[in-house]
Amino acid sequence: MDHISPVLWQFLDKWLTNFALFPPEASKIAPQMDALYFFMVLVSLVGLTIVVLLVVSFSILYRRSRHPQAVQIEGSTLLEATWTIIPLGLFLVMFVWGALIYFRVFTPPANAMNIYVVGKQWMWKAEHPGGQHEINALHVPLGVPVQLTLISQDVFHSFSIPAFRVKREAIPGRYTTVWFEATKTGTYHLFCTQYCGTNHSLMVGEVTVLTPEEYKAWLASSTSGNSLAQDGERLFASLSCAACHNARPDARGPSLAGVYGSRLTLSNGQTVTADDAYLREAILNPSQHITQGYAPIMPTYQGQVSEEGVIELVEYIKHLDSNYRVDQTLNTTGFLPENENGKPPAATPPPATPKEAKP
Amino acid sequence: MSAATIVNLPDPLTARIPKDNFLTRENGLLSWLLTSDHKRIATLYLISITFFFFIGGALAGLIRLELLTPQTSLMAADTYNKVFTMHGVIMIFFFLVPSVPATLGNFFLPMMIGAKDLALPKINLLSWYLYIVAGFMAIYTMIVGGVDTGWTFTTPLSTHYVNTHVISTGLAIFIAGFSSIFTGLNFIVTIHKMRAPGMTWFRLPLFVWANYAASILMVLGTPVLAIALVLVVLERTVGIGVFDPAKGGDPLLFQHLFWFYSHPAVYIMILPGMGVISEVISTFSRKRVFGYTAVAFSSVAIAVFGFFVWAHHMFIMGISNYAVLVFSLLTMLVAVPSAIKIFNWTFTLYKGSITFETPLLYAFGFMGLFTIGGLTGVFLGVSGTDIHLTETYFIVAHFHFVMVGGMLMAFLAGIHFWWPKWTGRMYPEKISQVAAVVTFVGFILTFFPQFILGTLGMPRRYASYPPEFQILNVFSTAGASILGIGYLLPVLYLIWSLRYGAIAGNNPWQATGLEWQTQSPPLTENFTEMPVMDHEAYDYEWLEKQQQANPQKKEVASAG
Repeated sequence: MDHISPVLWQFLDKWLTNFALFPPEASKIAPQMDALYFFMVLVSLVGLTIVVLLVVSFSILYRRSRHPQAVQIEGSTLLEATWTIIPLGLFLVMFVWGALIYFRVFTPPANAMNIYVVGKQWMWKAEHPGGQHEINALHVPLGVPVQLTLISQDVFHSFSIPAFRVKREAIPGRYTTVWFEATKTGTYHLFCTQYCGTNHSLMVGEVTVLTPEEYKAWLASSTSGNSLAQDGERLFASLSCAACHNARPDARGPSLAGVYGSRLTLSNGQTVTADDAYLREAILNPSQHITQGYAPIMPTYQGQVSEEGVIELVEYIKHLDSNYRVDQTLNTTGFLPENENGKPPAATPPPATPKEAKP
Repeated sequence: MSAATIVNLPDPLTARIPKDNFLTRENGLLSWLLTSDHKRIATLYLISITFFFFIGGALAGLIRLELLTPQTSLMAADTYNKVFTMHGVIMIFFFLVPSVPATLGNFFLPMMIGAKDLALPKINLLSWYLYIVAGFMAIYTMIVGGVDTGWTFTTPLSTHYVNTHVISTGLAIFIAGFSSIFTGLNFIVTIHKMRAPGMTWFRLPLFVWANYAASILMVLGTPVLAIALVLVVLERTVGIGVFDPAKGGDPLLFQHLFWFYSHPAVYIMILPGMGVISEVISTFSRKRVFGYTAVAFSSVAIAVFGFFVWAHHMFIMGISNYAVLVFSLLTMLVAVPSAIKIFNWTFTLYKGSITFETPLLYAFGFMGLFTIGGLTGVFLGVSGTDIHLTETYFIVAHFHFVMVGGMLMAFLAGIHFWWPKWTGRMYPEKISQVAAVVTFVGFILTFFPQFILGTLGMPRRYASYPPEFQILNVFSTAGASILGIGYLLPVLYLIWSLRYGAIAGNNPWQATGLEWQTQSPPLTENFTEMPVMDHEAYDYEWLEKQQQANPQKKEVASAG
């Protein structure tokens, strides 16, 4: 609806927002979805008006005192075809229009920056790649596509930001994604919309949209010191993953260097892409995900690693471009306690979010 | 009596309720509790579902009171969760699903096809007993502490994360499910096997068609709900892990199983109501239903398509984008038969001879509210807008427009329409017209603001909410109190009419259905001789000829 006078549109939007009858439009998808919404409101109003007008006028014209003898009519194929085909046509237009928007909302662009969100009774935990952790809050930069990778630690939750017109369930046992691009700075509601038990209605928070400069400052001030990948590296070491996944000629597990995003052939002949979901499954349920040529000896880490831990491991594996990093892990395993502060900056992966910088 | 009414009552001075009828044939509590007469069982059902409706309604009142303020002021969040869960469970499984089929369907379906009872009268009584056992279990659950999973029993919340009475509620619904399977089975067999001579499929009243379609849904859909609930109970008690991802289960599987029943269940609830509307609109416009065949087949189409749209409850749950595409398209298709029905009813009025007794007012209310409910359903069936609107008050408003605005209006239309046949007495017309209008106004005021709340993003099942949503919630609560009065009035004046209502005679509305061609209240065996259907459904000219040819049958009409 950007084509019709933008001034009029802005005025309408502002008026409706101020009277709290319509939510703010703060993402790129919001005006597109609202255009469809108002189209459907319009069609509905026209449809309802037709029905009401017909009922009222027939009631007046053919009331018994005015029209004492009914005229029997069997039906009319032409009329019935009309009110079959016209609604069907309109519904199909809505279906196609809606499907286009749906695919847009759930197909993140390649350059989207990723933030992990873990839902649990009754809070949202956001994990930024740079190691910033937030609870019931989410800070995002203006004008940058942001992808959320969601998972739940316990029951179904649903991550809803009405001002962005996006919502996605956080489900136990699998990642789901959604993306948005904020277009207005400000603070917006964040709700859990899937009923999740006692304090469902307290599982709320705020989404803050910052300008890229403010966002950079926020990132710098909120970092916990380690990036997710660095936390993952420590976890990798403490779980002794490198005992097998070390890329040596006699290694018992496949090398993980460059594995993220590659195509793998499994021992059952299946070919899969090693994405976040695959890596998570391979850690928690390894017997179903054996790379061809390796023995099914990996134990399950179900119950030993929290969802946040899995996210850190996945982030770490994402950043493994060469086996140098695994060797490094092997070498530093013995020094784990000191590692906290004493790590040489050269070994640190780049702040893990090269895409965060505004293009 | 003026020309502006079709009501034709016998002379109040001489008219008497027939001495022998199904209410007076036998006496005593046992004659009711062991009856196999479909009319008595329908009466038992009517009393029991009214009881559960008022429990569910009281719970709704508590919800609306709590939502008057943004904070949790009236009750703790846990209590609120239990209240809305029990409201949903009771209203859906103990009121809406059995409402029209088990009362009006039970009573009138056999009479409409000229049968003396349902095909399996004892199974019919068993249905009622199962319903009562299930109902008591639900009440027991409430008394010992309730359940707080929401009526949807989402796993793994219901299997691992709540400490409330999931199992007893689950079993109550399981048993209630069998009650509705038996009712559906009974209807299907009856319609196939018990039609009177001459009663061909396309002479069946549309109420029968609608109940037939709903019965198929009951018989095929309910077992899947039963299976899903058994799996929840097993997972909760022995931890079989069908839905638990830690054991290799899939929590989404529960959603598929649950909605495979619970979406068709929506049509189980609404289709019989649509049948009532067809009867009422035809009678009060003195016209055959416009496009009888289209209306009959649209019921069947709704039943068939209704089975293939369940995943539209799961658009944002991470099912494949292409599955979303298919289910969204199928959802658009199921919207069409409903549109056809609305227009066919509207054109039934065309060139009719309309009078505005209470049943027609409720039917008009149904048409308006169901149209809004249906159209807003399209907003949710379209995948794009569903993302924003699902799980908010928009969806709450939508299904209350369909279920309460639609179904309850249809139920009340039917109760008023057939009350004279059921009891032999008329309800008081003026006050019931007022009640119909009060219900309509109260309903709009209660649920229309919820569309706006949902669009603003207010999530459903919230005990507390951001303060900017308060004003619309206040409107909604105010509306609910008006709606409450609208529902109390019929109970009061209908009970009053049992003693003081005017004697109705056989056919006060001069309707064409076979059920009107016998005494009111009917005899236990319905008809004194086997009726023969020698005319089409809704043949008002046949009725006139009949009345001219048989002056003694006109005895009831002559006094008018």
